[in-house]
Amino acid sequence: MIQADLYIILPEIVLALYAMAALLGAVYTTKDGMGPVLVWTTAALMAVLAIWIATQDSGTRVAFGGMFVDDAFARFAKVAILLSAGAVLLMSQDYMARRGLLRFEYPLLVALAAVGMMMMVSAGDLMSLYMGLELQSLALYVVASLRRDSAKSTEAGLKYFVLGALSSGLLLYGASLVYGYTGTTLFSGILVSAHHGEVSLGLLFGLIFLISGLAFKVSAVPFHMWTPDVYEGSPTPITAFFATAPKVAAMGLFARLMFDAFGNAVSDWQQVLVVLSVLSMFLGAVAAIGQRNIKRLMAFSSIAHMGYALIGLAAGTQAGVQAMLIYLAIYVTMNVGTFAFILMMERDGQPVVDIDALRQYSRRDPGKALAVLILMFSLAGVPPMLGFFAKLGVWQAGIDAGLMGLVVASAIASVIGAFYYLRIVFYMYFGAENEEPIETRSSPVLWAALMGSAAMMLVGLFYQFGVEGAAAAAAATLVN
Amino acid sequence: METTILFAPLVGAILCGFGWKFIGEKAAMWTATGLLFLACALSWIVFLGFDGHTQQIEILRWIESGSLSTSWSIRLDRLTAIMLIVVTTVSALVHLYSFGYMDHDPQWRTGESYKPRFFAYLSFFTFAMLMLVTADNLVQMFFGWEGVGVASYLLIGFYYRKPSANAAAMKAFIVNRVGDFGFALGIFALFFLVDSINFSDIFAAVPTLAETQLTFLWREWNAAEVIGVLLFIGAMGKSAQLILHTWLPDAMEGPTPVSALIHAATMVTAGVFLVCRMSPLYEFAPGAAGFITVLGASTAFFAATVGLVQTDIKRVIAYSTCSQLGYMFVAAGVGMYSAAMFHLFTHAFFKALLFLGAGSVIHAMHHEQDMMNYGALRKKIPYTFWAMMIGTLAITGVGIPLTTIGFAGFLSKDAIIESAYAGGSAYGFWLLVIAAFMTSFYSWRLMFLTFYGEARGDKHTHDHAHESPKVMLVPLGVLSLGAVFAGMIWYGNFFGHADQVGKFYGIPVAEAAAGGQNAAHGATDTDTVTTSEAGHGSTDTGHGAEPTDGKAEGEHHAGFAGAPGEGALYFGPDNHVLDDAHAAPKWVKVSPFIAMVLGLALAYLFYIVNPELPKRLAANQRPLYLFFKNKWYFDEIYDAIFVRPALALGRFLWKRGDGGTIDGFLNGVAMGVVPYFTRLAGKAQSGYIFTYAFWMVLGIAALVTWMSIGGGAH
Repeated sequence: MIQADLYIILPEIVLALYAMAALLGAVYTTKDGMGPVLVWTTAALMAVLAIWIATQDSGTRVAFGGMFVDDAFARFAKVAILLSAGAVLLMSQDYMARRGLLRFEYPLLVALAAVGMMMMVSAGDLMSLYMGLELQSLALYVVASLRRDSAKSTEAGLKYFVLGALSSGLLLYGASLVYGYTGTTLFSGILVSAHHGEVSLGLLFGLIFLISGLAFKVSAVPFHMWTPDVYEGSPTPITAFFATAPKVAAMGLFARLMFDAFGNAVSDWQQVLVVLSVLSMFLGAVAAIGQRNIKRLMAFSSIAHMGYALIGLAAGTQAGVQAMLIYLAIYVTMNVGTFAFILMMERDGQPVVDIDALRQYSRRDPGKALAVLILMFSLAGVPPMLGFFAKLGVWQAGIDAGLMGLVVASAIASVIGAFYYLRIVFYMYFGAENEEPIETRSSPVLWAALMGSAAMMLVGLFYQFGVEGAAAAAAATLVN
Repeated sequence: METTILFAPLVGAILCGFGWKFIGEKAAMWTATGLLFLACALSWIVFLGFDGHTQQIEILRWIESGSLSTSWSIRLDRLTAIMLIVVTTVSALVHLYSFGYMDHDPQWRTGESYKPRFFAYLSFFTFAMLMLVTADNLVQMFFGWEGVGVASYLLIGFYYRKPSANAAAMKAFIVNRVGDFGFALGIFALFFLVDSINFSDIFAAVPTLAETQLTFLWREWNAAEVIGVLLFIGAMGKSAQLILHTWLPDAMEGPTPVSALIHAATMVTAGVFLVCRMSPLYEFAPGAAGFITVLGASTAFFAATVGLVQTDIKRVIAYSTCSQLGYMFVAAGVGMYSAAMFHLFTHAFFKALLFLGAGSVIHAMHHEQDMMNYGALRKKIPYTFWAMMIGTLAITGVGIPLTTIGFAGFLSKDAIIESAYAGGSAYGFWLLVIAAFMTSFYSWRLMFLTFYGEARGDKHTHDHAHESPKVMLVPLGVLSLGAVFAGMIWYGNFFGHADQVGKFYGIPVAEAAAGGQNAAHGATDTDTVTTSEAGHGSTDTGHGAEPTDGKAEGEHHAGFAGAPGEGALYFGPDNHVLDDAHAAPKWVKVSPFIAMVLGLALAYLFYIVNPELPKRLAANQRPLYLFFKNKWYFDEIYDAIFVRPALALGRFLWKRGDGGTIDGFLNGVAMGVVPYFTRLAGKAQSGYIFTYAFWMVLGIAALVTWMSIGGGAH
């Protein structure tokens, strides 16, 4: 019996054992000297695991009495998490090495965070949910303050930790309320108790606290305040990591909890998500306008994008979940490319994050400028880039679910938000000449990530790499 | 071969317009001209070898959308063949002429390249015009229609440094839009009712249309009548008929070869072509046809009165064109389409000749266009003088009355006047005769003012007046031949016996025995029945040919038969205008000649015998003189009714509507509201953990409160 259970969580076990073994190995050998090797092996392992998971035969398997679920939805999220985590690891190697940050713990912490995230999207019980969440969060708190000699980095880590602890407390409080009113922590058990119209006030409180805890992880307004500070303070590769894999994991967990545990009370949580979504989109759009620091700007951008993705979830339908998953896949691809470019930005070997430094960049490097242009257009949702179709998908789902007001609000927000993306393009192509131009030093990995992601924004129109089908299958298993 | 004719000018335009930088100016211009001469030669081969049977030559599938299925194909019938030679011949000659005329144009700075552009526009125009005349369906025709509009716009505004040229170009384009709106509505209506835009389908459906009611604007109308009028509104715009004529005189801002090609010989006749092309429709729409007759006659009269007092040589000819187009519409309106085509055909030659001749005069006089500064140029530019003389003889209609010997205009114009009489339109007939008198007067006035009398104006200019180069004189010579002989050679085909005309156009002819000696007084009832039977039963035409009772004394008249669309033109079974016109009384046939002689005599008196007389008359009849001089105040009236209100409305919408309201709102939001919230969000992001935690707690408190009060809790 236990063997079958273990077999189902084999990918997670492999990754966790690898992390522990590598940790011991590095400690007893050259320590930080192992950094580059570990980055590559971790990324390679993640890629292998992603392929393994992707090629697993379909079907839903449950382990540990329902606490762990392996289904198409979990597999879709896990592949996205592993691939984006691996890509960000590779992108960071050059940057971290040149700034003396490539400690051997870094890739292993990322690997452990990935294990946590995989747990999250597979959670079938409030306890496994919390375990995955905390494993991920603890690893992230540490990597956020990886640059121990920088006040900003440590501040970021500390802020993240304190606020994360608060959100964990809220989540736990919600979990205890849910347990108290349903008598079980299993999602399947909660599903039976929480029928629409029969949701008691206590259970509703529990639901709201759970949502708040998760909203913190996806940085939805008003639980977003940590995001800009942590994004800005952390070393850029860490920021890139924050903006990609954990978002997928948190949204995946969000969807799983909502549908697996509260799938019979859609209208109860729908309105909460609508509010979170609208607030996130507008705050993300409006606040980012004031940012000159591209990392903070990307923080608000991610807040806004999570707002759009929440539309799909708020729709509460299969089409909505599918649109949300596709949105996340496209969002992660765009962010990988954008952060690849941000990692390149430097002057005299020092990283530069001021968007004014991009003025007239197109003259110095037209190729990369064009790639950034495509990515910015895509982030802003300008057709025919893929980002537009991501938005179109969630809007379609929203309209079908009768959330017309939400969709209209989101369209207005996306118009406001287009401003700051297009401003970057404007600076690159038409801005006044900057007296201190930036250089963009590109390692092959960064270059490939930037160009590949930009190309994907156009290629994706014609060939989706099976994402659409996988997302449809994932949504079908989650919503039924 | 037809495809070559159609595309040679396009290739020329592209090569010349885009390729001149690579192959040089001269080579580019010769390429365009050479290709046009090729098209011209092929067109003549097509025209002379054409057997009258309609052919459709498909080039490509064009539009497939719902029930709209259209291919781009050439409809080759007699109408197309006529237009092919008119367009390509005049265009080729104008290309050649432009080598001389456009050389050293003072409008341009030295070293500036403008000639290839001009030639490219000319070739492009020719292509668009050929598209129009070869069209097999209305949309294809509309494509060509708009294409010539664009070319006309570009060429009128060719001297783009002159504000007046730009204004004239815009005016031409905008006035034509009004007509095109009607044309487009007509096409829509046809597609709505027939579900096809192909000519063959439309023609076949016309008898049904005549019995269909169509709701348009405020009431129901006969479908055929409405469509007929709508299409004619398009023709009015393009052919500068009354109400929509104001652009044509202003279009003279363009270089003179353009005036000759576009605004005399080809584009402006597109409206006439359209009406003739749609002859099956107009045969079933007597109301629309009557409207055309009245409007055409009014235009002929109006334009002639204005032409009497203009002093700009090109404007005189422009009004003359406007007037002659009115003649053609009268012919088409009374149902004598072949006479309309006849005049279109001969007019192309003599009007192009007059314009090119005027261009030659202008060229000789260093771009002076006011006739008051001409005079006594006969000796200085003899070839031009003789060319202009032939053109004048042709337009005024000089010939031997009651025979078919005369200049081109004599035959075709008389054909129209006789048709107008036979068609029963007294209004049309008398107005045309009076217009013929005025035509003669202003044409001779032009000749006398330009070539006779004293040299007026700048003496220096007169001293340096010189004959134009050969490239300009050769086209004049060729067109002179046309102006002299075109009428006599093709008279039989256009306006001869019904047999001849029917054979020329490919219309089946039924021998019908006409009752009375004088067909003008109408056939007896039985004949009408017989003819109409022959008309309907196109298969058994022999039936109608059998002489019925009591017809022994009557002479045999041939009647046109065939279903709509069978030949290039369609004459309804009740259409006897051709026969009636031949049988018109002698005084009718002589009347245009008399009008011409009177006009000549008066002009001679005014400008040779006693040059003081016009001034005295103008002083005596000052209101009338000013009325004519100011073109019946059409421009002023339009300015007050349409232009000013439109400008005021536009300014209001721009300043208040767009600038104030829309921009104001958006700018207010973008520059006021959004930045305010941005600052607010920036302030909220204080950096203190307790603030952040406070927001989180606040958020959850709000959510819990909201859900427990307003949410779904029970």
